Amino acid sequence: MARMKFICDSERCIECNGCVTACKAEHDIPWGVNRRRVVTLNDGVPGERSISVACMHCSDAPCMAVCPVDCFYRTDEGVVLHDKDVCIGCGYCSYACPFGAPQFPGTGTFGMRGKMDKCTFCAGGPETNGSQAEFEKYGRNRLSEGKLPACAEMCSTKALLGGDGDVVADIFRTRVLSRGKGSEVWGWGTAYGKPTTGTPKPEEKATKS
Amino acid sequence: MLALSLALGACGEKAQTAPSARKPDSKAWDAAQNPFVVPGWKSGDKASWESQMRNRAAGQNEYSNAMPRQ
Repeated sequence: MARMKFICDSERCIECNGCVTACKAEHDIPWGVNRRRVVTLNDGVPGERSISVACMHCSDAPCMAVCPVDCFYRTDEGVVLHDKDVCIGCGYCSYACPFGAPQFPGTGTFGMRGKMDKCTFCAGGPETNGSQAEFEKYGRNRLSEGKLPACAEMCSTKALLGGDGDVVADIFRTRVLSRGKGSEVWGWGTAYGKPTTGTPKPEEKATKS
Repeated sequence: MLALSLALGACGEKAQTAPSARKPDSKAWDAAQNPFVVPGWKSGDKASWESQMRNRAAGQNEYSNAMPRQ
C-alpha cells in the first residue's frame, strides 16, 4: 500500500475555507485550535495563490525527532499520529514543524498550554477505533470507517486531494498535463522528500510537456 | 591494565533511555465501532480496506467522473 498523502492544488484553491470548517465540525475542534488553515500569498494582488495547510504527515517527521517523551508514531499507511496521554505539551514539535501543524489549546488554568493537537488524517489515535475516548481526544476516525479525510472529501473545487499517494498523484498529474501548468505543490518536497530516480514525478512530466 | 579495564568498563554500560509509554494503535482496517462505517469492505481484511481507500481516492478525479473517456 502506498502512503497516505495530501496534495493541495494552488491553481484550484479559492480560499473558501470549506476544508477548515469541515475539519472543525468533523472533529469538534475547540476555539483557538485550527488543525487546518488556508494560507494566501500576495493576497489582493492579481495572481494571488492560496493553499490549504495542515500536518503533511512527513516521511521524516521533525516533530517525531524532537519529541522528548516519544509520543509520536507512524502508522502502516504513513500517517503521523501521537498519544495525548504521553504528550507533556512542551511545544518542541511546534518549533520543529515547518508547516505550523501542532496546535495547543489555551483553555488551561492561567492560559496554560494543553496537550498538543494536530491533523490526524482523520485516523484518530491509539484508542480503540471509533470509540468515544478516541473521539474526545483526537476526533473522528474516518479511515477505519472506510472514508478519506473530511477536508479533502468536502473540498468543492477538489483542490485538496487526500488518500493513497499513488492515486492522488495520478489525479494531479492528469490535471497538470491537461492544463499545462501548476505543477508546483508547496511543501511537497519538504514533507515527502525530493523525487528519487525511477518513475517521473508529476512536476517533472509537467515541465516537459 | 588499569587503563584497559577503565576503557572497556564503558562497554558494559546499559542504555538509560526510558521506554516510551505510548500505547499501541489498532490497525486502520479494523472497522470503527460505530454505525458510520461505509459498506464495500470487510473489517480486518487489509486488502479489502486498501481497495476501498483506492476507490474512494479515485472518486476525487472529476476528469473520470464528469468527462467521457476518449
